[in-house]
Amino acid sequence: MVGRFGKFGGQYVPETIMNALIELEDEFYKAINDKDFIDEYKYYLREYSGRPTPLYFARNLTERLGGAKIYLKREDLNHTGAHKINNVLGQILLAKRMGKRKVIAETGAGQHGVATATGAAMFDMECEIFMGEEDIKRQSLNVFRMKLLGAKVTPVKTGTGTLKDAVNEAIRHWVTNIDDTFYVMGSVVGPHPYPIMVRDFQRVIGDETREQILSKEKRLPDYIVACVGGGSNSMGIFYPFINDSSVKLIGVEAAGLGIDTDKHAATMAKGSIGVLHGMMTYLLQDDEGQIMPVYSISAGLDYPGVGPEHAYLRDTGRAQYVYATDEEALSAFMDLSQIEGIIPALESAHAVAYAMKLAPSLRKDDVIVVNLSGRGDKDVNTVANVLEVEL
Amino acid sequence: MLSSVEVNNARENRIDKKFNELKKKGRKALIAFITAGDPDIDITINLVYKMVEGGADIIEIGIPYSDPLADGPIIQASSTRALKKGVKIDDIMNAVKMIRQNTDVPLVYLVYYNSIYKYGMEKFLKSAKDSGVDGLIIPDLPLEERKDMKELSEKHDIYLIPLVAPTSNDRIKKICENGKGFVYCVSTKGVTGVRNSIETDIEKYMDLVSKYTDLPKAIGFGISGPEMAKKFAPYCDGIIIGSAIVKMINDSRNNDEIFDNVANFISSVKEVI
Repeated sequence: MVGRFGKFGGQYVPETIMNALIELEDEFYKAINDKDFIDEYKYYLREYSGRPTPLYFARNLTERLGGAKIYLKREDLNHTGAHKINNVLGQILLAKRMGKRKVIAETGAGQHGVATATGAAMFDMECEIFMGEEDIKRQSLNVFRMKLLGAKVTPVKTGTGTLKDAVNEAIRHWVTNIDDTFYVMGSVVGPHPYPIMVRDFQRVIGDETREQILSKEKRLPDYIVACVGGGSNSMGIFYPFINDSSVKLIGVEAAGLGIDTDKHAATMAKGSIGVLHGMMTYLLQDDEGQIMPVYSISAGLDYPGVGPEHAYLRDTGRAQYVYATDEEALSAFMDLSQIEGIIPALESAHAVAYAMKLAPSLRKDDVIVVNLSGRGDKDVNTVANVLEVEL
Repeated sequence: MLSSVEVNNARENRIDKKFNELKKKGRKALIAFITAGDPDIDITINLVYKMVEGGADIIEIGIPYSDPLADGPIIQASSTRALKKGVKIDDIMNAVKMIRQNTDVPLVYLVYYNSIYKYGMEKFLKSAKDSGVDGLIIPDLPLEERKDMKELSEKHDIYLIPLVAPTSNDRIKKICENGKGFVYCVSTKGVTGVRNSIETDIEKYMDLVSKYTDLPKAIGFGISGPEMAKKFAPYCDGIIIGSAIVKMINDSRNNDEIFDNVANFISSVKEVI
């Protein structure tokens, strides 16, 4: 079936946006088969975002742990500070090609909002970002960045005031302004064609990783570890390795205060199948299908669903999904800062935390690639709060 | 066991019957929406009776959902209130069963797909049928995702109401094919709510829908009261009002006021269509 990964995915949306999704799918496929479009996309990835990002051998961390070699895919070195820009550049160029002058986006940690505001500034588009009220409090720095870039930031007060509600509100706004507005979805979620489109605009992470690791190690890695909220950085790095069965793909979800508490966002560990934001996937929901409040110290992982392709990779066993708690992520955040001099985003710190658990159990010639999806500047306030340090 | 003759004479769906009756009288249907459990389930039950007394022809009962994508702030808030009260799908089914014992008014559920999916599709349809519901409106289940639900609803003899929007254009034909009950014509690009005006060219839009289907057409989303209902009535067979009623319920100071205000509002709309 079109737009499905096994039973997952689909287009569970109001009729009003169906023709727009059909048009989007059509335009997307035309664009990615158009050499001029791809050249332009690659030009901006290179000249504007600074790609390719390095695949850095974390020698200190590797030696400290005494196990497998750890490489970090440095998505944190992208312009705007995270992998989100890869997808935004693709979608903004598509919006431009479709003649749209207004873009909207949802954001959790604010990284996708900042990336979208950046793209919109460069291509002179009107930009409105929907952001949960709670996230606005947690990520005030990114809110200000978006405003500096000329975007309007609309607080979302409904529901839990987090990423899930921001997506709802962005979709509602899109339904109302369907003729002239392009919705730049930030993760591999939502109705078809978004999960495929976002993956294809993020696969550059995996494509580069493959080339880089072959050049450095003359072989493919044994493990690829990436954090999963909606799942765009992980899907981007996993996708080019899906047919390489020797490469183990590991997604790390946010376990918050622990998966046996009601304060976590570990959708794969504790969720069940349902429909949210236009897709069928695993969700954290109650027996009646009401979406449950989720929690993580990292706003970017604070999402009660997961991309449908991840749901499929889980059910087919191709990828494995694990989790890291707030405490583990914080500890990895500190370690990476102090051992390697790299302050990771709290989201990415979940992946680092799992890799640090995994590495000592492996042989010294095993290779782990960790997707360091973003940098931690935006999280400095949050971490200072936890450490009870006044800034 | 029923003989085949008896099966063929099986009771006409209440929705069809209602539209046929109204057509003979030259009147339009007033379809009134409330959220089940807001402010509580007993009031929901009594509100249905009051709305029928006031002249509502079909009652649409909203099953509250945490993430109602097609709804504006009024119905979102109403769902949140109902969920906070702890209303469950089985409570709603039981309430409807009780309502059904006292009135023959056509009843439809407005329900998001995840509520049905998680409850169990077959189980949901069976419970809905047992409780006396005549139709389902599922705002997030477009044509592309309808197949299973369509088959199951036919099996359980419940109408799956097709929805069209001003952006549907040539999709209307396929959406309405084998449609049952009526076509829910979303008036405007956007979500539910109370609007001062609708920018869609309703006449042109309804002409287009009529070109593709003979089903009765009901217009909903944004209709604020008698004035707008009167304006749209000539172009359709029914008017759907939700947010205006839900808002009125929430703005009322006590139960008596809820019943009076809603009944009066319903009468004022019914008079002009």
